[in-house]
Amino acid sequence: MSDITSLTLVETLSALNSKEFSKKELNDAYLKRIGQIDPLLNSYLYVNRDSDKIPAAIKDIITVSGMQMTCGSKILDGYITPYNATVIEKLMTKDISFIGKTNMDEFAMGSSGENSAYGATKNPWDITKVPGGSSSGSAAAVAADLCTFALGTDTGGSIRQPASLCGVVGLKPSYGRVSRYGAQAMGSSLDQIGPITKTVSDARLVLEWISDGDLFDSNAEKTIFTSKKRLSDLKGLKIGVVQLNENKSDAGLDLSVLKTMEDAYKKLSELGAEIKEIVMPSFKYSIETYYSIMLSEVSSNLARFDGVRFGKSRSEFGLESKRRIILGTFALSSGYFDDYFVKASHIRSKIKKDFVKAFVEEKCDVIVGPVSPTVAWTIGEKVDNPLAMYLSDVYTVPASLAGIPGLSVPCGFSDGLPVGLQILGKYMDEETILNVGEVYELATKWHKRKPDL
Amino acid sequence: MKQYETVIGLEVHVELSTKSKMFCSCSADYFGKEPNTHTCPVCLGLPGALPYINKEAIESCIKIGHALNCNIKTQSVFERKNYFYPDLAKGYQISQYRWPLCVSGKIEVVSADGTKKDIRINRAHQEEDTGKLSHRGRETLIDFNRSGVPLVEIVTEPDFTDTVQIRDYAKKLQAIMRSIGVSNADMERGDMRLEANVSIRGIGQKELPNYRVELKNINSFRFMVAAVEYEIQRQSKLLSKGERLHQETRGWNEDKKITYLQRSKEEAHDYRYFPEPDLPPIFISPEEIEKLKGGITELPAATLERFKKDYQLGEYEAEILTRDKKLADYFEQVILASENTGIGAKKVANEIINKKPDIEKVLPADFVNQIHSSQQVFAIGKAELETIVKQVLEENSKAVEDYKKGKESVKMFLVGQVIRMVGKKIDTNKVKEAIKKSIK
Amino acid sequence: MKINKKQETRNKRQEIDIDYVAKLANLDLSGEEKKVFGKQLPQILGYINQIKQVKTPSTGLPFSVATTQSVMREDKVGKSLSQKETLSNATSTKNGQFATKGIFENEDI
Repeated sequence: MSDITSLTLVETLSALNSKEFSKKELNDAYLKRIGQIDPLLNSYLYVNRDSDKIPAAIKDIITVSGMQMTCGSKILDGYITPYNATVIEKLMTKDISFIGKTNMDEFAMGSSGENSAYGATKNPWDITKVPGGSSSGSAAAVAADLCTFALGTDTGGSIRQPASLCGVVGLKPSYGRVSRYGAQAMGSSLDQIGPITKTVSDARLVLEWISDGDLFDSNAEKTIFTSKKRLSDLKGLKIGVVQLNENKSDAGLDLSVLKTMEDAYKKLSELGAEIKEIVMPSFKYSIETYYSIMLSEVSSNLARFDGVRFGKSRSEFGLESKRRIILGTFALSSGYFDDYFVKASHIRSKIKKDFVKAFVEEKCDVIVGPVSPTVAWTIGEKVDNPLAMYLSDVYTVPASLAGIPGLSVPCGFSDGLPVGLQILGKYMDEETILNVGEVYELATKWHKRKPDL
Repeated sequence: MKQYETVIGLEVHVELSTKSKMFCSCSADYFGKEPNTHTCPVCLGLPGALPYINKEAIESCIKIGHALNCNIKTQSVFERKNYFYPDLAKGYQISQYRWPLCVSGKIEVVSADGTKKDIRINRAHQEEDTGKLSHRGRETLIDFNRSGVPLVEIVTEPDFTDTVQIRDYAKKLQAIMRSIGVSNADMERGDMRLEANVSIRGIGQKELPNYRVELKNINSFRFMVAAVEYEIQRQSKLLSKGERLHQETRGWNEDKKITYLQRSKEEAHDYRYFPEPDLPPIFISPEEIEKLKGGITELPAATLERFKKDYQLGEYEAEILTRDKKLADYFEQVILASENTGIGAKKVANEIINKKPDIEKVLPADFVNQIHSSQQVFAIGKAELETIVKQVLEENSKAVEDYKKGKESVKMFLVGQVIRMVGKKIDTNKVKEAIKKSIK
Repeated sequence: MKINKKQETRNKRQEIDIDYVAKLANLDLSGEEKKVFGKQLPQILGYINQIKQVKTPSTGLPFSVATTQSVMREDKVGKSLSQKETLSNATSTKNGQFATKGIFENEDI
């Protein structure tokens, strides 16, 4: 039954409920498809042939007890984790099993999947192109129907951007919505675990399952996300669109991506929303601010890899990891700490205030815009220019800095490659962005298009 | 060499006696346990682990701050102290830097010449302990049972000028920790660790010296005092020769009785402190702070002096009674309950010390009754006593023979037998006389 | 090599003593890596340096997007890993402890 793997999570649950097929048949179908297709894509680093419930793919940065956890790095080659992440414990109570651990940029550092020590993942829409990163394997696996849903992590766009490049849905929850316990930290004040799914309603369901604090993550709010309201259209909603700053020509927003965005805004308007242009002055420094903080935090978070209790020697770090550790250590060092980290923390506060102004004063319900300045690029094209790579995070980092939730939904194609629409919401208001995303998705049905594999 | 004065600051690390660790729920009771059995992803620094603060540890730190007359902060933040060492699981220690819990305290100590001196406490802050290293030949072995156990670091200003003050400070700190019940503060077991920063300057010089020698890794109080004294001499000799003194870390060699230069743990001391992103700030209300002071009304040293003065107790009895605040309180409650019974304070003290009543279970009033009835003597009639004595002597003819032979211990035996037969507490002197008379 | 931190945001390059920083970061960089980083890092840092142009206050508690505060737990003992689990990923162990090459702290110099 090749149709089984093309079902969404919600459809799968319904089909299981009405006994259209068994869990065994479900897993067999996915395992078979993984066997056929994944050699082409390299989205899985480990496949669990004993998966026997509803199969989810987990980014290899999240601990699943008894399984490997490489974080895409040679340093953790052979490491088996002895405990479960909180999100994994929660999913286990929902009858989920883990069909595999997915490929990723080493220690979540990258926007293309090319920084994996285990070979790059390929974009299912065109295997000469990158799938985006750092949750490359998770996004590719969902796009290629190799799992019912996946989990990724997002620090500066690592769920939203690969979801956008692979034509699937990706949600970065508000900071503190989901416990981070069990996910190797990159930017501790920025990281969130989130779902990558085939549809918006799948994402909503997974968020309900994985949300809520615990006795491990001191920054997670102890409230479960529940979604009470659904919308049939966008009447009465005010949608903000950020004025594109001329200075951002460095990021190179593709004209065809821009056109796709404008079509999407038009659609939102047709669905009843009021589109309003807004200004976010502090966005100008969002990349510098993000990197000042993230590099500092990650240099410290990777200090535990000293080869004593686990892992190989520090010389096994890949080049990008070493680069960021050096940059972060420098930024925290005596004489520079105030210029980078402290300065950036203050600007971060300003960025948050800009969002609050847009949501409260300007009364925007959500803010929309592009996820990525371009569609998926050719593998190898940008590896020698790390700064250019960092600059492409320009649309995703502001939400990470402000701690607000962000959703990426497919909104069209450009040169045959997917484009994603980013929907940002108020802090802890995932419900509104999911509602807007769902209305748009149902009206446009971009998600019905699948890559030709 | 008397043209120098010493400038010494002390850093004390106190290991708290909480049940669980500072940032995880592993048992904090690591002493003598099988290695690496009190560990979890958090204190082991596994990928994905996160810290979660132990409330009891924070309260203990605040209590210590109160006992040292510190200003307790209503806002406090943890920070990461970044450095690499095999016993440091995460590659950073979660500690406090810019926003410590307690600042600006003071404690009085006695100096070598008998005068009193105030030592200023710069800060008392919270942090976590590291794993334990042991060296075996060419290898270093590490046990992480101790990793993550709560520590309070107490730093003084460089106000010490002689080792008598240091000795008194350590003794007082230990008494405080035990009295408020936050730590055993036992240097041999490692629950209290001392580090001294020693330098010297010209007499009358106001500015602090531009260097200091850290004395570290010295595991006994005796050795620390010896090291400080040696160091003062060593530095004085060098300075008077015209040599410059440098910032360095030294240890103590007990065999050679000298301090020696240690290879530093981390040559680059750039700890790159930054606020711990995994822990939100701690906000404590002035009411909560005041409430924690409730248990710390008087320091043990003051109580000891008061007991000596008010109750005319000797040093020995006073010291035992003030070791534990609960015991000291109990003593005073029993004193109160014994008013108008004719039982004096010294008697109460001796009874408590010798009888060791369970102060949790025996009410002060009941204990007074116990003392009272043990003092009660039944007045037995002379004739009745003589009858009983005769009977006991008849039944114990062997003992009587021994008594006549001069065996003193037999006398007590016979006295005991008489008292047993009477069945009540009677004056033993009367019994002794009656036996003596009868045997003659 | 001593670094003058007041150097150029004008040139959009920030000088960095890679040897010193690598030592702080406990990283052994190869000659090739140092060369590549020597070119790239000053450029990246120079870009990030642009934030110096933004006026910001100098005091206050650290900013956080987390909304929790005073998060603490009761002093109760919970489960620990077994010794076997704890040691399971180490390359070298001895007598229930982790083993690493010797650190000689107390050598006489």
